[in-house]
Amino acid sequence: MISKQLHEDDVVAHLEDGMTIGVGGWGSRRKPMSIVRAIARSSLRDLTIVSFAGPDLGLLCAMGKVAKAVCPFVSLDSIPLEPHFRAARQAGSIEDEPWDEGMFLLGLQAAAWRVPFLPTRVGLGSDLLALNHRLRLVRSPFDEDVELVAVPAFRLDAAICHLNRADPRGNAIFLGPDLYFDDLMLRAAPTRRYISVERVVPTPELLAEAGTELRLRVARLMVDGVVERPGGARFTSCVPDYERDESFQKEYVAAAKSAEAWTTFRREWIDVPEEEFQRKVVQR
Amino acid sequence: MVALAECFRGDGEIVANPIGTIPMIAGRVARATFEPDLMVTDGEAALVAGDEAFAWPGGKVVEYYNPYRSMFDVVWSGRRHVVMGATQIDPFGNQNFAAIGADYQAPKTQLIGFRGAPGNTVNHATSYWIAAHSPRVFVERVDVVTGVGWDRAAAAGPAATEFFDLRRVVTNLAVLDFGGPEHRMRLVSVHPGVTVADVVTATGFELATADPIGETRLPTAEELRLIRDVIDPDGMRRAELPD
Repeated sequence: MISKQLHEDDVVAHLEDGMTIGVGGWGSRRKPMSIVRAIARSSLRDLTIVSFAGPDLGLLCAMGKVAKAVCPFVSLDSIPLEPHFRAARQAGSIEDEPWDEGMFLLGLQAAAWRVPFLPTRVGLGSDLLALNHRLRLVRSPFDEDVELVAVPAFRLDAAICHLNRADPRGNAIFLGPDLYFDDLMLRAAPTRRYISVERVVPTPELLAEAGTELRLRVARLMVDGVVERPGGARFTSCVPDYERDESFQKEYVAAAKSAEAWTTFRREWIDVPEEEFQRKVVQR
Repeated sequence: MVALAECFRGDGEIVANPIGTIPMIAGRVARATFEPDLMVTDGEAALVAGDEAFAWPGGKVVEYYNPYRSMFDVVWSGRRHVVMGATQIDPFGNQNFAAIGADYQAPKTQLIGFRGAPGNTVNHATSYWIAAHSPRVFVERVDVVTGVGWDRAAAAGPAATEFFDLRRVVTNLAVLDFGGPEHRMRLVSVHPGVTVADVVTATGFELATADPIGETRLPTAEELRLIRDVIDPDGMRRAELPD
């Protein structure tokens, strides 16, 4: 049996400057932060980040990795606004391509189904059509009076997600309340699909871990690599394994106050091997 | 609070989705009293029965599994009434909570983003809750249109207007709707202790007015009891509203 297990650094080695990377999770929930930290430490640059975004995008903005953000929102949930993303936006240092949340689902779905676009009424009348240069209007072939928005497929160069458990081949389960759009993120990337998980278990134990087939939502045909990293989503939540680390999140937010504060935070929490991060974070 | 609850009167069996602490409590008030068929979220991935808004000491009674993906099925089927906030809102109800400033690519202030506002407003009933009614919020023109107003929906054609249903704006001072000329915002009632002049001063554009302008009703004893003892016993509301 082929194992797809690898290290965060191996994931980074498969990525290139200028790539479009989809990131799973939602806001500050179940984000693949250990892979994000590895990207943050790497020499990668000019990335386009596609995400229901939180500290994944914020951290990469703070580390100067982001050329373009493709997001319907950026939030830390318990702290509504993401300060590092805001700083990058207000400095005009990244391009922002705005989306509606549901429209975002359609972009991922179109890529997953390999069609160029999906139609919707979402976006009509709003400034999305003026500010998002990839959106087009399309006339219904069934009623020429009806004009809808064509949401282009979000074809991803790579996708990264964090799940609760997986087997060594990439069959994975979520144990929290919501899969979010992780399966679509993985399907929207034809190659370079990586997941990190809290724990790797043998395939015969997957169903027992899940408790129900309904949680077996990521199949190995959607996954190219598996990183086993307990705490890999920290400081975001990964219930039921752990809740969001609110005090860590506050520290991360406070680090946006000055260049000096960021340097200190970065030295302690980002510019260190992941193993050291995990050792230190449990000692907090 | 009861003015917000009143937004849901007559809605029937749909998802009442008021966003934020005060609107969430108001949705529960509506369901517990005059609109019993509403369905409400737990703020995560379930639609729940029971009147509690934030904590479920006796356990949650789940009616439906509703992860984010299912929420779009609800939104696009139209069976939902959302109450959103707004950093800016104009006379036709165009809303902005994405960014402030003339240049979108280098805004003066970056806010939350478009979220679901474009989709919500053209698919189902929408109302707004503005906790601090001021001329900085009620502006002649918003910097970015996130939620669609009456004029922009009309200009965008039949697919935009087919299910467009922008209803009310409830603030800390008053209740407003879009019953003015060409669907402009109109003052419907002022809250007890607030004058019409207070509202006019706090609004950065000319308001149409209902004739007569009413006074918003006070909560009933039963509504107060529900809020204090059942829906929000821990007093989450006090962070946003003084008693």
